[in-house]
Parts: sequence; structure tokens; C-alpha cells
Amino acid sequence: MTVPTPSPIVQMSGISIAFPGVKALDGVDFRLFPGEVHALMGENGAGKSTLIKALTGVYGIDSGRIVVGGVEQVFSGPAAAQAAGVSTVYQEVNLTDNLSVAENVMLGHEVRRFGLVDWRATRKAARTYLEALNLDIDPRSSLSSHSLAVQQLVAISRAMVVDAQVLILDEPTSSLDSDEVARLFDVIRTLRERGVAILFVSHFLDQVYAISDRITVLRNGALVGEYRPAELPRVELVGKMIGRALEVLTELEGSTERVVVDRSGTPLLQAIGVGRRGSIEPFDLDVYPGEIVGLAGLLGSGRTELARLLYGADHADTGETIVGGVSTKLRNPRAGLSRSIAFSSESRKTEGIIGDLTVRENIVLGLQAERGWLRRVPKKKADEVVSHYIEALGVRPANPDAIAGNLSGGNQQKVLLARWLATAPKLLILDEPTRGIDVGAKAEIQKLVADLAAQGMSVVFISAELDEVLRLSHRIAVLRDRRKVAELVNSDDVTTDVVVDLIASGGTSA
Amino acid sequence: MTGLAQLTRHRLFWPIVALVVLLLASTLKSHTFLEITVRDGHLYGAPIDIVRRSSITLLVALGMTLVIATRGIDLSVGAVMAIAGAVTLTQIASSPDPGAISTVALAMLTGLAVCLAIGVFNGFLVAVLGIQPIIATLVIMTAGRGIAMLITGGQITTVTSAPYKTLASGYWLGLPVAALIAGFFFAAVAFVTRRTALGVLIESVGINPTASRLAGVRARTIIWTVYVLCALFACIAGFLQSSNIMAADSNNAGLFIELDAILAVVIGGTSLAGGKFSLTGTLVGVLVLTTLTLSITVLGIPVNAVSLFKALVVIVVCLLQSPVVQHKLRARRRQAAPVPVEVPA
Amino acid sequence: MVSKKFSMRAAAAGVAVLALGLSACSSGGDDDNTADPGSSSSEGSGGGDTISVGFSQVGSESGWRAANTKSIQESLTKENGFDLKFSDAQQKQENQIQAIRSYIAQGVKYIAFSPVVETGWDAVLQEAKAANIPVILTDRAVDTQDKTLYKTFIGSDFVEEGKRIGEWVNENVATEPINVVELQGTTGSAPAIDRKQGFEDATKSNTNVKIIASQTGDFTRDGGKKVMEGFLQANPDIDLVYAHNDDMALGAIEAIEAAGKVPGKDIKIVSIDGVKDGMQALADGKINYIVECNPLLGPDLADIIKTLDSGGTVEPRIVTHDDAFDQAAAKEALPTRQY
Repeated sequence: MTVPTPSPIVQMSGISIAFPGVKALDGVDFRLFPGEVHALMGENGAGKSTLIKALTGVYGIDSGRIVVGGVEQVFSGPAAAQAAGVSTVYQEVNLTDNLSVAENVMLGHEVRRFGLVDWRATRKAARTYLEALNLDIDPRSSLSSHSLAVQQLVAISRAMVVDAQVLILDEPTSSLDSDEVARLFDVIRTLRERGVAILFVSHFLDQVYAISDRITVLRNGALVGEYRPAELPRVELVGKMIGRALEVLTELEGSTERVVVDRSGTPLLQAIGVGRRGSIEPFDLDVYPGEIVGLAGLLGSGRTELARLLYGADHADTGETIVGGVSTKLRNPRAGLSRSIAFSSESRKTEGIIGDLTVRENIVLGLQAERGWLRRVPKKKADEVVSHYIEALGVRPANPDAIAGNLSGGNQQKVLLARWLATAPKLLILDEPTRGIDVGAKAEIQKLVADLAAQGMSVVFISAELDEVLRLSHRIAVLRDRRKVAELVNSDDVTTDVVVDLIASGGTSA
Repeated sequence: MTGLAQLTRHRLFWPIVALVVLLLASTLKSHTFLEITVRDGHLYGAPIDIVRRSSITLLVALGMTLVIATRGIDLSVGAVMAIAGAVTLTQIASSPDPGAISTVALAMLTGLAVCLAIGVFNGFLVAVLGIQPIIATLVIMTAGRGIAMLITGGQITTVTSAPYKTLASGYWLGLPVAALIAGFFFAAVAFVTRRTALGVLIESVGINPTASRLAGVRARTIIWTVYVLCALFACIAGFLQSSNIMAADSNNAGLFIELDAILAVVIGGTSLAGGKFSLTGTLVGVLVLTTLTLSITVLGIPVNAVSLFKALVVIVVCLLQSPVVQHKLRARRRQAAPVPVEVPA
Repeated sequence: MVSKKFSMRAAAAGVAVLALGLSACSSGGDDDNTADPGSSSSEGSGGGDTISVGFSQVGSESGWRAANTKSIQESLTKENGFDLKFSDAQQKQENQIQAIRSYIAQGVKYIAFSPVVETGWDAVLQEAKAANIPVILTDRAVDTQDKTLYKTFIGSDFVEEGKRIGEWVNENVATEPINVVELQGTTGSAPAIDRKQGFEDATKSNTNVKIIASQTGDFTRDGGKKVMEGFLQANPDIDLVYAHNDDMALGAIEAIEAAGKVPGKDIKIVSIDGVKDGMQALADGKINYIVECNPLLGPDLADIIKTLDSGGTVEPRIVTHDDAFDQAAAKEALPTRQY
């Protein structure tokens, strides 16, 4: 294919950026050649966005050099970067919805005659740019009338208008279906042939391998390395992103004794072909009483989306959910709650804690919601529940009247657990319950989950940390690219590299 | 010292200070200002006037407090008042027996039904269609007076009806009926929000709608309910207002009352960002505004300076309440701490 | 009583209007229309073409305005020889400008309107002038340097109204020292400024009249009541209320009654407008004197247009005839009142 010319169009060396208390980037080197698609990989918080923002001038750098097209540059902002030929298309399309396609493509570059905009010529020019990307849409149509995928392509056309030498695509495929992705990739290939350097950020391994000529991996703000896809098996890529050599991952293998779950009776919850378009493809899943089902997969693999369908936070558009032997429609969270399902979201701050309310009010909220506004939870009962869980979970400070928003992350997580446990659920869905909390609290929560299951509660457990999933789960469902690709019964034979392998291969080799 | 510091930190401290200052200034100007006498078998005096006058704004602000607690706003209250007056008085005026209690009761029920429908409409736009509250309620705010004008045929409909007049001008046990009505609803809302779980659920929806929904709270129903309640209270305020002048003045009934109500809610310490609300705070806010209006007349503020005077009082109260200013004041007080007994002006 | 208080200026205005009617007749003979004696020209133009008139009303904000609209619509009828195009601007200047532009485009012969605000009319009036369409202002004036932009302004003289109230007070109440409180109209509005001015002019030489408080009641009943309550609290000995319109006077009545006093006796009330509810209160003895602000501009407007149409000229300022009523006159007039 294209042979990279010897000199890179973008050369970043020794880039460091520190935010208060955090070293966001630590001496990162990165280079980008004309006519290549270069994938930037890493888990959340690895520094991918920070690196992009350093390049486009959104963040100033503390040290290092940025050379673009042979000239050392310090861009004052995205506009300056764009003027120098570096364009960015963000995940959330940053176009103007209520303008026409032509206006969006040509914004600021309208064809002018005698100082006035010549709209006919402008539309014609827009059409040319759109056609260059095989995009056959009416330039006069309103942008908002098109799908997100087309909008994304329009955004790329716009980048072409400003004659971008470097095109940064930040998670362009996260909201597209497979046909749309194929279309986007056609466009990317066309651009590559024209010598445009493309920086591509995605969580989808398949896509990265399908389109990239080179991969750079970041972890915790530091460079792990630059690789050729052909020389980097997926398993190794995942290992490099997660940050543990495979051998180390294996050593951390869970050592707790395994309880065999009785799967002969009726499952507590049975999902048959449940799915939601653009969110997760139809999947089957059974959860038995007393069973912990772990969901493993990379960020964006559809773990959260699956969990939300099980609770009713989003409603499924295909399939059937059977709870306790009865087919049910989970249209909204109340539906899940009334069937004794509880869901603790991964976004503690935005979807969990009611910050300005007290610990007490937060704990009682689920119970209260179940009863409706008219039947207030009696004070005596509320007191009992609250003090029981504050003690049982070790919430600190042990003050029911403390404002929940002021608690530490771990304690907020415990308050949320208390909220759900107070509703006496039969199925508890925990999405990243241990993220961002200290080691002690993490161990406590893990132990609690194991104990609850031992008492007969079913748990769906989601965590980005594979060893945690392996240690707790009786069964593991593996997800990739918004699909459930495998399901396996946990045993001593199941190790992190088995799971990593499944994630990397997409279940075909298992 | 610490007791005083804690007192000044209370969110209602400055509004209450403003209230006291206004009352004192008015009393200095007119020595009998705070005097309450018995006249024609009922209590009479400026404090009674303030309480009676407050009833209309209090009713509107009561509904507004609940709406604001859910992160919303209801701009349509003034128009709802106009419609309530127009519907009710037109019906009373056209009946053969305007003085009969049954006529008045039926007309008021009609008014209530119409306002209920408006509340349901507002709530539907906000809770179901997800339209921004400020836009959703703007519809009725702008169209509502036109509807009221249509009902009254563009005239000021005047009626003579003793039972209806009692609402605003009557007395019961020596107290103004209007104040008793507003007081009843205040107590009812306080009871319902604090004795049932409605209050905490409203706050929870206002603070974090997404989290509340995921917690199983019927966020939509709750938001819908507060708009209906707000319209109902505005309707009753409309009854009091039209009874006060015994006329349905579609152009002027409740004009700009939404701003007074919002101001009262904010002075009372409920944040426009939603969440925690204080009904007592709203009551204090309403009393401050009513006293301010009355004291303008009593103090003889020149007509051209009225707006300025009102604005100054409100700005000063809001400034003193602002967390930034409070912080600065506290820092200053701490600096001056070695000096004993520093009496704040 | 009424005619006695009829001031010179109003009388002059009345004469001017009368003269208009005459000039209309005298010049009417030059056209194909036969001379029409009297101001009503129904039969005169019945056979000929109708005169197209575009009228842009302020809105329908009050009972006064409704009567004004009705009067214009009933005067400029087909039977009277007019083709009236009427539009309601809903209190918005841009609506009015738009209406006037569309009248120009339609090529009406005359444009009449009550301007919402005083300024910002030069451009559109210039357009009308260029299109050779005469413009007549009714009820409210515009503020412009170029007086050729409109033919005439017909409406009440607010200063005069205040003055007449003041004169009545001088003669009937202020024979001994009295304390007066004033309920002003909307701050900054022309009627509020002028009515205050007129009253002060008439009473400044009378040492018996002491204005002890003055506050705005925004021309509304509610405002009138609210302010009056405050006045009653602050001043124990009020003798007379001067309200800039009837609605505020009606509000004041409520406040006075609530304070246990008798309006019209313990505290006398004078006001301006003469709307139905005000006249009723006057007849009931709760108000003592009302100077009318006549909304029935229709017949005068019709006359002016007829005059201009037949080549006559009109005065640039025509003051409408305003009656004044005391309690006896109100009782008499009430059954036949049109508004």
C-alpha cells in the first residue's frame, strides 16, 4: 500500500502536561506520516484525548516539542491548528444542526462575489467536496435531517474544505452501525490515498485492525510503544492497554474457593434475544438465584448497555425478558425495581448519588420510590434501615444527616449499595462498583458481593478489571464491539489470558 | 459571638433583617404603622394589610417554589390568574343571580377546571415532550391573556356579588379571609411535602433527574404534578385578585407576578438550579416584597424613584445572601476578631 | 353645570370640529358628490365610490380602547361611504408599521392610527407621504420634527382634563384647607404626566389645596387599591383622591371602604375617563366628579377624512370634545351612555 514518506507530517516529542495532582502526559513521543492511518489506543484516562488536545492547541504543553510540516508549532487553539492544516472531527459532531449541509461544509469559506456570498456557487463547491467522499446528498438539505453517520462524513468534508493535511478522528464510530462504519472507512481510505495523515481513536479492536497502518499505545499518560498491526497480536495489544504482561495477569488469578451454583431450576432472569439498536446487539443471558454473572469486555464493548436493558433503564427493542418465569416488559427503571431488580450505575456522580440530599435520604430513596410518594417510609423503619446499612457497610462518616455529595467516592458507592440493598432485590446489577475507590473499600465491596450471592441474591457484576471479574464471578459473559461473543463457566482453568484471548479474538477461537 | 455568626449565616437572616428594617422605617414615618385596631368588627392596620396583600403572591410563589425545586419555572402564572378571573366573573356576571352562593361556587369550579387544564397542558409540554420549562410556559404566558380577553370580550368585567367579594375583602374571626385561604394552602403544601415523601422526591428530581429516574422515582409524574399544582394555586390567586377589585381585568390581573413570585422564592433561599426548597423561605420572601411595596407608599418615595428603590432593596438582600459576599464578610469579621464586641450595622 | 365648566380651549376645539363639517359641505359641491348637510354623509357618498381608509389600532388593552375601536368601526362604514381596513397591533410598534406599510401597498386613500409609542415613525410616515397618502393620528401623538408627515392629530388634551378637575376641586371642595392624594398613571406615560401637570396648574394658586402624597397606580384597579391602602396607613386625614383614571378610582373606593370610611363623603374622589363602571360609581355617589376622556373619535375622524377628501384643510391639532359629569349629571347620562 502507501509507503510512508521518510519525514513525518506531525512529530511530537517528549510531551508532558500536568494538571493539578495528575500527570496527564509524561514525556510522550508520537509521530504521524502522510498517507497513513494511525490508531491511538489506550484505556480511559490513558491520555489519548490529552495528546490530541495538546496537538490541536486546546491544552498548552509543559514541555516537549510539536513539529507540524517541518515547522515547530505551538497552536493557540483549534482554529490556529486548523489554519495549519490540522483538523479534528469529534465524537460529538461539532457542526451547526440548523444550517444546511452546504453551509456547514463551507462555513467561513463561502464563495464570494463582490463581497457577497454567491450561494449557488457555494452549494456547487460543497457538492464537489461531498462527491469527492462519495456522499450523494442535497447540499441544501438541513444537516439535522441526516443520520449521525452522514453528519460525521459532512464534518470530514468540511475538514477537506480547509485543506487538512492531518485529520484527527476522535471515536468517530462510537455511535455508528456496521454499514455506516464501512462507509466511513471507505472515505478514510480515499483520504489516505490522497496523502492525508489520519489519526484514529477507537475502542473497537476490529476496526483498529481493519483500517490502521500503525498503532500507538498509551497507558497512564505514558507511551507504551508504537507498533505495526501485523506485528502486534490482539492479545498483546489488550495486555499493553490494560498494563499487565500476560504472565502477571495469570498470576493474579483468583484463589477463592468456588461455589457451584445450582442451575437446575428456573433462572431468576432469562434474556432471550434482547437487544437495542445502536446500543447492543441481541443477546441471550440467564442468571440463576445465588449466581454472580460477570461481564467482561473493554470499555465501550456494550457491558453497560447490556446491564441497562436488564434493569429497564433503557428499553429493549427486540427480544424477551423473563423474570421469575414470567415474561415481562421492562420499559423503565420502575419496572425493574418492581420486579426486585436493582441497578447501580457506573456514573456514581451523574446517575447515582443525589448530591445535595443527606445520606439518609439517599439510602431511603429507592425504597421510597418503590412505595410511591404518598406512603412515606415510616421514620422508625427508615431509621432502622439507614443505621443498619451504615453499620453493615461501614459508611464513613457514620452520620445519616451528612450531605451525600461530600462523602468520598468509596463511601458514596456504599450509600448507593445501601439504597439498592434496602429494596431487598433478587437481582443486583453492579456497573463498575469499585471504580475509582481505594483498595480497602474495593475489597470490602467485593466481599459484600460474594456474601450476598452466598445468601441467595443474584448479581450481575461489571468491572473493567478482569481479575476482579474472575475472582467474583461464577460465570462470565464476554463482550466485544457491542456483542456478547462468549460465555464461560468460571473455573480454575479460566484465567485472564483466556478472557483476554476471547476479547481479542471475538470468541471465534474459544 | 459564634451564636451571632451562626445567625448571620442562616439563609433567611438577611431577608428577615430587610423585613424588620422596612417595618421600622415605615413606623418612624407613620407612628401608627404597626398598630392594629378593631374597625367594623375586624382587625385593621398596616400589618393586616400586608398579610392580606401577601396572600395573592404567596399562593403563586407556593406553586412556583415546587416548580423551581424540580429545576423548572412557570412563567404562565400571571396569565392563569387573568384566565381564572375572566372565566369566573364572566360566568357570575351572566347568571341571573350573581349574589347566590351556588352561582359563585359553580363559577369558581369552572375557573378551577380551566386552570387545571392549563396546568396539565404545561406539565405535558415539560414532563412528556421535554420542552424547556421557560419556553413551554411562555406559550400560556403570551397566549393566556389573549384567551382571557376573548372570554371577557375585551372589557373589564365588573360584578356585584357579596359572596365573591368575601374572598378578598371579607373577614372571619376578625382575620382577612384572603389571608386565611393562603394560610390554609401554605399549611397544606407544607404538610403534604414534609409529611409525605413528595417533598424529598421533588428535591431528588430537581437535584439529579437522571439518578432519580434510575432510582425508580416517577420523575415525569412528579414534574407534571408540580405544574398542575402551580396552575391551581395561580387560579386561586386569580380568584383573590379579581375579588379584590370585583372585576376581571384581563390586561392587568397578575401582570408581572411571575417575576415577584420567582424573586420571593429566590430571596427565600430556594435555588433556581433546583433541589432543596424552603416554603418558610418563600413566605419570608413574599412578606419582604409586599412590605416593600406598601412602605414605598408610606415612605412617600417619589414616583420616579420607585423602581430604583425596589431594585436597591432587592439587590442588597440578594448580595448579602450570596455565598461569595458572605464568605468575604466572614473573612473580614475574622480579621477584626481581636477587637471585642464588633456590632454589625 | 357641564357647560359652565366647559373650558375655552375645549370649546374652541368643538368649534373647529364643527367648522370641519361645514367646510366639508362647502367644498363637497365641487366634486361629483352632492352637498351633504350635516356631518353624517351616509346618503351623500352612497352612490359614489367609497373612500378606502386603513386604520391601525393600538390594541384592545382596556374598556376605553374597546369603545374607541367600536366607535371607529361604526362610523367608517360602507353606508357612510368608507371602506375601512382595520387592524389591531396588539401593542406592538412593529405590527403597526407593518400594517401601515401594507395599507400603503394596497393604495388606500387615507391612513389613520393610534401610535403605540411616540417615536420611531418617521420612516414609515415618509413612505406614506411619498405615496401621497394623508395620515391622521388619533388619540395619541407622535414625536417628530417634520410636522408635514401627518395631516392632523385628533384626540383629547390630557393637560386640559387635569386642569378641569383642578378647577372643579377649587370651586367645590377646596373652599377650606384639604389634603389631596394623587393616584398617578403609568410612570412616564403622556396621560400621567399631562394630567398631573394640568391639576397642579389649576390648583397651585389655591393655598387650600395641599397634595400630601402622590404615587403611581399604573392605571389599574389593583394598583389603585394597593396604593390607596398605603396612603390610608400613612395619612390619617385624607380629604380628596385625585385619580388619573376611573379604574384607579374604583380601586381606591375598595380601599377606602375596607378602611371603614365612606368614599364620596369622608373622602371625596375625582377622576378622569368616564368609563361605564366609573360613571356608575359616580351615580352611586362614591365618586364626586369625572372629566370624560372621549373615546368616540369615530365621527370626528369620518368628518376629517371627508373634509380632506373633498380638498379641504384641517387644523394640525384637533381637540376632541370631552364632557364632565358630577353625580347628578351621571345619573342622567347613565341610561344612554354608549360606553
